[in-house]
Amino acid sequence: MTCDSRTPGTTTVAEASVPTGWRSHGTNRRSTRTLRVRTSAALVTVTVLAVLLVPPLVQLDQQAVDLSAKLLPPSWAHPFGTDDVGRDLLLRCVYGLRVSLLVGVAAALTATVVGTAVGAAAGALGGWADRAIMRIVDTVASVPHLLLGIFIVAMFRPGVWPVVVSVALTHWLSTARIVRAEVLSLRSRPYIDAAVSGGASRWRVTVRHLLPGVLPQAALAAVLMVPHAMWHESALSFLGLGLPTHMASLGNLVQDARGSLLAGQWWPTLFPGLFIIVPTLAVAGLAGAWRERINPRRRSELML
Amino acid sequence: MLELRTITAGYDRRSPVVRDFSLILAPGESVGLLGPSGCGKSTLARVAALLHRPDAGALVLDGTTVRRWRHRAPRELRISVGVVFQQARLSADPRLRLADVIAEPLRANGRREEAAGRVAELAEAVGLTPDLLTRRPHEVSDGQLQRACLARALALRPRWLICDEMTAMLDASTAAALVGAVEDYRTATGAGLLAVGHDRTLLGRWCDRTVHWGDNETGSSGKVTCGRCG
Repeated sequence: MTCDSRTPGTTTVAEASVPTGWRSHGTNRRSTRTLRVRTSAALVTVTVLAVLLVPPLVQLDQQAVDLSAKLLPPSWAHPFGTDDVGRDLLLRCVYGLRVSLLVGVAAALTATVVGTAVGAAAGALGGWADRAIMRIVDTVASVPHLLLGIFIVAMFRPGVWPVVVSVALTHWLSTARIVRAEVLSLRSRPYIDAAVSGGASRWRVTVRHLLPGVLPQAALAAVLMVPHAMWHESALSFLGLGLPTHMASLGNLVQDARGSLLAGQWWPTLFPGLFIIVPTLAVAGLAGAWRERINPRRRSELML
Repeated sequence: MLELRTITAGYDRRSPVVRDFSLILAPGESVGLLGPSGCGKSTLARVAALLHRPDAGALVLDGTTVRRWRHRAPRELRISVGVVFQQARLSADPRLRLADVIAEPLRANGRREEAAGRVAELAEAVGLTPDLLTRRPHEVSDGQLQRACLARALALRPRWLICDEMTAMLDASTAAALVGAVEDYRTATGAGLLAVGHDRTLLGRWCDRTVHWGDNETGSSGKVTCGRCG
């Protein structure tokens, strides 16, 4: 009879009902995490909707110049105020975010594809090929990546795609390292041995067993890369090397407004700045929650 | 003939795990290899399955000396040896359904069209129900998964079968069923078997002869001295 009360099920229930300090701490943490995920999800949804819907639905010209309305502070007519040639800043910010998001997503995807290909090749080939590839990765990583990005951008005429290429070519390194490490850990599993013994070629082992195994990590790296790529686009545009100056991008907006900041007009810099920070933090928040979910033990592996 | 000639193998050339091990396995013969845990039995099994390059010695399969290993080994040689590992949990790709696990060798060899029929045939031979075939590895027990792994090893009708502690983690009835499936396959095809393990009773009853690990370490002379036991 005493055995009955010690069945695993009963014990778990009894333990779960004891209010220990550790458990209450756990619930608190979970609720902040939920709050963070919900806020991030809401912000990302709003951002994406604004970027997708505002340009086709609102028939307003973001380039419309009105010198009589220049540098107006925020009001009902212009919630974010106007810039030094009287363009509406809210509209400019939405268009700027559109460009920045496009660059961010395109660059993150390209970087992830390149990084996954290189990392998987290094991990799957192994031996001297692995060492050679990873030394190349180390070499590229040893150059400051903003500097390398500026160098790449400077070779082309200003435009969206040079910026994408520049950000992508400087950001595939961490993905390559992550993918290689994952492939190396998968490669020694007995199921790979079984596949080899069953006559699978190196290519088939990679495509059928190794790549699907690293896909969650690679996808996570891609999502974490989006905010980083957006920051890079803004940085390049701010330096005047990214997008052409007439194109509204968040970096260009901040760069244009620099002069009026000293004259006390804070709104042309503040709002584009917020548009850089808030969506990137929201994406990073979602990606962080996802990372903790798929890999709770490795919180420090990927940084924003 | 599957001949292991004075094999020295391991993961560090300075301290090999297996030294000068020799063994001859005739077609249709079943040999049990007994040895304590950690003595290098599994390494030897991997060498015999062309999965691990030995530091010295030769593996001769039906008169062909194996010169290249793993992916580089000729495909006909690789698939002539089927292998079942100890830990079923690690030996099946967690993303594939059991039917795909079993069909994988056929697909890898461009024999996709015969896969469905062969899977059904193998599932029956090892005692897997159609319902289990649609599940993924984490949804079945170790014993059921090991049955699938055995089916996968038999999928290409290998002439040689290597069972590396196939039944070590399983209960007696599953072990008996798996051994039964292996023996059915061997009676049907006349395949040779190398069963590695430390269960003296099981290997004694299962195999034609058993070899004790210690008996084979013949130092530098490298002579074949297979011990017999009941």
